[in-house]
Amino acid sequence: MFCVDPRRTSSAKFADLWLGLTVGTDIALANAIGRHIIANGWHDQAFIDHSTTGFEAYRESVEPYTLEHASAITGVPASAIAELAEAYATAETAQILWTLGITEHHNAVDNVLALCNLALLTGHVGRWGSGLVPLRGQNNVQGGGDMGALPDRLPGFQDVADPDARARFEAVWGASIPPDPGIHLTLMFEAMATRDLRAVYCIGENPADSEADVAHARKLLADLDLLVVQDIFLTTTAELADVVFPASVGWAESEGTVTSSERRVQRVRAAVPPPGDARDDIDIIAALAERMGADWGRPTANELWDELRSLSPLHQGMSWERLESEGGLQWPCPSEDHPGSPFLHGWLWEDDLGGRSGAPFNVVVHEGPKEELTDEFPLRLTTGRALDSFNTGVQSGSLSSPIRYGETIDLSPADADRLGIVDGDRVLVSSVRGSIEMPARVQADLPTGLTFTTFHFPELVDVNLLTNDAWDKKSGTAEFKAASVRVERLPFERSTAQPGPAGG
Amino acid sequence: MSDETPVRLSIDGNEVEVPAGASVLDACNAAGVETPTLCYAENLTPVNACRVCVVEQEGARTLVPSCSRQAEDGMVIETDSDRVRHSRKMVLEFLGSGVDLSQAPDLERWGARYGARPDRYGSGAERIEEDIRIQDDLYIRDYDKCVLCYKCVEACGDDAQHTFAIAVAGRGFGARISTEFDTTLPDSACVYCGNCVAVCPTNALQFKTEFDLRQADRWKPEEQTVTRTVCSYCGVGCNLELHVQDETIVKVTSPHDHEVTSGHLCIKGRFGWQYVHGN
Amino acid sequence: MADLHIGVDRATVAEREAVDAVVAASLGPAVIVESDRLVRGGTARRDERRHLLLPALHALQNRVGWISPGGLNHVAEVLQVPPAEAYGVATFYEMFRVDDPGHDQDVVHVCVDGPCQIAGSAERLAELRAGGVATHASPCLGQCERPVAEFIQGRARPDRVEADREPFALPQAGQAGLRLLRRIGRAPRVDPGSIESYVAAGGYKALAAAFGRGPDGVIEEVVASGLMGRGGAAFPTGVKWRAVATEPGPRYVVVNADESEPGTFKDRTLMENDPFAVIEATTIAGFATGASKGWIYVRGEYPFATERLANAIAQATEAGFLGRGIARSGFDFELEIRRGAGAYICGEETALFNSIEGYRGEPRQKPPFPTTNGLFGRPTAINNPETLVNVLDIVIDGGAAYADIGTEGSTGSKLFCLSGHVARPGLYEVDFGATLGEVLDLAGGVVGDLQAILLGGAAGSFVGPDSLAMPLTFEGARAAGASLGSGVVMAFDSSVDLLPVVTRLAEFFRNESCGQCVPCRVGTVRQHEVLLGITADRAVGAPVRLDDRTVLLDEIDRAMKDASICGLGHTAATAVRSAIDLGLIGRPPGPGDDGHPSGGAS
Repeated sequence: MFCVDPRRTSSAKFADLWLGLTVGTDIALANAIGRHIIANGWHDQAFIDHSTTGFEAYRESVEPYTLEHASAITGVPASAIAELAEAYATAETAQILWTLGITEHHNAVDNVLALCNLALLTGHVGRWGSGLVPLRGQNNVQGGGDMGALPDRLPGFQDVADPDARARFEAVWGASIPPDPGIHLTLMFEAMATRDLRAVYCIGENPADSEADVAHARKLLADLDLLVVQDIFLTTTAELADVVFPASVGWAESEGTVTSSERRVQRVRAAVPPPGDARDDIDIIAALAERMGADWGRPTANELWDELRSLSPLHQGMSWERLESEGGLQWPCPSEDHPGSPFLHGWLWEDDLGGRSGAPFNVVVHEGPKEELTDEFPLRLTTGRALDSFNTGVQSGSLSSPIRYGETIDLSPADADRLGIVDGDRVLVSSVRGSIEMPARVQADLPTGLTFTTFHFPELVDVNLLTNDAWDKKSGTAEFKAASVRVERLPFERSTAQPGPAGG
Repeated sequence: MSDETPVRLSIDGNEVEVPAGASVLDACNAAGVETPTLCYAENLTPVNACRVCVVEQEGARTLVPSCSRQAEDGMVIETDSDRVRHSRKMVLEFLGSGVDLSQAPDLERWGARYGARPDRYGSGAERIEEDIRIQDDLYIRDYDKCVLCYKCVEACGDDAQHTFAIAVAGRGFGARISTEFDTTLPDSACVYCGNCVAVCPTNALQFKTEFDLRQADRWKPEEQTVTRTVCSYCGVGCNLELHVQDETIVKVTSPHDHEVTSGHLCIKGRFGWQYVHGN
Repeated sequence: MADLHIGVDRATVAEREAVDAVVAASLGPAVIVESDRLVRGGTARRDERRHLLLPALHALQNRVGWISPGGLNHVAEVLQVPPAEAYGVATFYEMFRVDDPGHDQDVVHVCVDGPCQIAGSAERLAELRAGGVATHASPCLGQCERPVAEFIQGRARPDRVEADREPFALPQAGQAGLRLLRRIGRAPRVDPGSIESYVAAGGYKALAAAFGRGPDGVIEEVVASGLMGRGGAAFPTGVKWRAVATEPGPRYVVVNADESEPGTFKDRTLMENDPFAVIEATTIAGFATGASKGWIYVRGEYPFATERLANAIAQATEAGFLGRGIARSGFDFELEIRRGAGAYICGEETALFNSIEGYRGEPRQKPPFPTTNGLFGRPTAINNPETLVNVLDIVIDGGAAYADIGTEGSTGSKLFCLSGHVARPGLYEVDFGATLGEVLDLAGGVVGDLQAILLGGAAGSFVGPDSLAMPLTFEGARAAGASLGSGVVMAFDSSVDLLPVVTRLAEFFRNESCGQCVPCRVGTVRQHEVLLGITADRAVGAPVRLDDRTVLLDEIDRAMKDASICGLGHTAATAVRSAIDLGLIGRPPGPGDDGHPSGGAS
């Protein structure tokens, strides 16, 4: 196992080799790996010829990424890149797994494409044991996309621009569907800024804490003509709302399904009644529709699921009964006798490619983080998560965790030394967008020049005041993983409440 | 004979067929013979330490542990011979004479069946005497109840969590499950996944919620409902079983036969449910 | 590899140096930090080094007198062993302590078993303690011919046994007809420290003969010889080797020199006085089974044997009898010594494997057997030194010639360890077939009136004076319901109160049970408690009731025999049961009572 991460994470400690690359240099590394594989003839030419397109352009595009050049960009020794390239290319089966370290960048999609290129180069895709594995960070982020919670997609990833698809949904829904794509979250904030977007109905999301450059986001939310928030708690966002719908907890107080990282649809069930006036999401939406003049009745989760199955071929075979009795099914599952699909893209290995034209190589070029390091902000800040906490802490905040260490700015020993900071010192962390105070933690697992923090306790330490809201035009994701900061030791102890291990 | 050929053997005179690689315990189950187990769990590697599942194999000098003995063609197994009944009785009796099995109803039931009389060793018989360790808000360790089945060690180690916070320390009757130098759990490698608690057969490891309710005499498993759902945190898709008493979640387990994580969870899935109740 | 959590305690410089020396002499640390951007680690590197855990703990114990939290953390870090597991291993062994001893002295281990017990180990311990010496009451130290046995655990200097500095006297030295012991003692004297001397006395002719016969040929001769293991289980050695040789490689040869059966000192005598013979025979075992690596696991309380073996390995390697291309044969073989750290259970072969591998010395369930799943999970031939040394003559003279010695069921000769009330305690060799009485006579006979003999060790059984005609063969012992075990003949005269002796035997098993399986972990305790109860009754002059207790002991025994994982549990009650059956306990010793035991046999 090779682990590529700017930090020597817990996973990295299981690895045979950890490559601590510079934040935002993933493409340089991937392209150098590709170049080295081709240079040594380790690529799967037969697979490339049969199943892919655009190889020659790719080959040319990676030509500048010599091991030495990539080493200079990534900070990782050339020999280590070569070792990784050889191991990956010559393995019988190999997978590339990634998560937000690849996608929370301004060039997130290019990062992903750079990795896809490697899989296409070596044939490590579309067969058992090999593949590309984006690990989802939330229990139903996959399900949200499946259900059409994307600006340009209908449920089952059907294109909203496709008139046939629209026609099928319109027939069942009894309403017309606009053919133009909507806008994603990041663009919504831009539209708020230009005052093109004036009303927002926000369900189960807490952007007032979670957006990058959060001060700006809060201002825009507060400035809306109408903000409706539907959530299980009165979140920071809900506090800004004109109307709040208290909702039941999806996985413990209501019936339905969620879809995991591996496209496995599973049932959630109500175990306890919702408190007070809280109501099931379906119930709230249906009641809202009723007030707006549409009588949808009060459909059950099962009835809604059957409607979805009737419209989404991917889900067609997943009857409610099967979900109950088989415990979960992975899409695509086109018919009731289909066992579900443990992996995708098997068509790449079929003689006729399932009637398709092959998977394209994509030319991508290295482009560092939007925010460069300067004399004023010389340290790289990257954000991430701790095992016992979850995002902005709405759910995990009440967990009395014995292993919680609170919010700290983690520094490498060399940087801490240089700045005269020791473990536990209170420091001021500043980016071009703002400054926050927090305690420092000296971590041997960080290379020089890199700092790290989580963002689980926004009510105490507003980390996203620092982060960069530069975002990827293709995915809409902001660059949480790379901001430029300055860290200064505060001259005296200030008392600010800090979450610590409860009960300890 | 290829590995794929099923294996036929005799269990108490009845011929049964099991897949190659199956255990004698699997064969007993296939024959409809109920077998007491303690250190065995479907989602852990058998350690065959407790010896309560022993059966008599024709031709073998000693009894064999059914959980870890691979079934072989032509084996003749007796599960209720005098020797088997005696050893099972003694194992249950030995355990009852040294540890507190009051929260291990299965063992008490088996003890009654085999006629175990733990009290016959008298009041002078050495017992495990340990203070209850309460070092955090998530679980307690009451080693007076520990039968040293190794399940928690396996769940903490390479059968599930790969954290290795606990191991068996000491030797013989003095062997205990321990962190290094008995350091407190919060100071150990423990990441509070609770997988050890979930596999403990005697409640030596208990969720603090259960412990507190028991202390208050308000633990009522017969009134609890168990609902299967999916964890609300990351995208792995772990299944949860919510144990609910008086409309309140009191414990979270996970089905061991679920193919995603075989019954193992992390701290968030296991304990991160308080917010459901508005805390 | 894992994401290990290492506590805040740090090793001292001395602790670091001690551990690092062990690791550096082998494979180096598991994790290599090449820079703050590149770290090499992984499960393969971790697994390759786990077997260094025991030597690293030895180094710590020796250097600072205990396994401190900081020292343990350092071991955990360099070997990537989780601290909790390393602690579990450290606390498994008698020779390691995990609390600060509070002094910097050597520790004198005094044997409290059998012959030493009746020779006054309690008084010796008291005497040493009164003199301010740090002491440790130890189970059998394998020096039963010279009670009270002592072993000195050195502090920042090597462990030692003072008695080893005396010139070695073999009672039978120079006698005609010795086979295994012929190189030991007065004449023809072979210097155990010199390979030249060994070769001059005919050493390494067997290895040459083995090369001549080829691996299959060697195995055929060993099978034909009828040689059976001398450790107690009496399994045919040739059959074992053949099984290993037919398994896929890599294969290993392991010498089980963890001689810990109370009353046994034969392997120590061989290793100390004829180490090259042990090494040569092991090399032949490697050649026959197709192993290129062998391990010798020597019990920790045998520092002199370890030293002699290490010297022999070094000289043999230098002379080309070990290493690559041995004697221009193309056969590669290397040998590594591992020191035990005080655990009777590690004499059980699978527990021994776990111990070498750096795990707690807990036995594994069999099957699978070592021939398929042995050391590091590989096919392994494991034999004790006595068994192996027999192979030398077999390879030279052929299996048939060897099979002519002894009886039909027990071929060859056998070493017996005579201790207790005999005129000349020591190690004796006889061709199989000699009776118990004849063997006792070799040692000058019993001193005083013979009360009983513990035959086969703690795991053996007591026999009475009426058994003197029993042939000491595998079949002869079996017919008498006894076992030769490891060749222990421990005599007790009528002056001995056997209740404390038997109670101590029960305590021995209680202390030495690894704790893994319930029948043994608890059964040995309950058995010991019954004997303590008898002792308590007798102490207050109460009538000693044996009937109920005999029933209970019988039930405990049956469960331990039937349901324990390994031989320790299977035999933990044998001696106790035999003592009751013979009426040896339950009454005070000597004249004055009615001469009949107050309890009956069951």
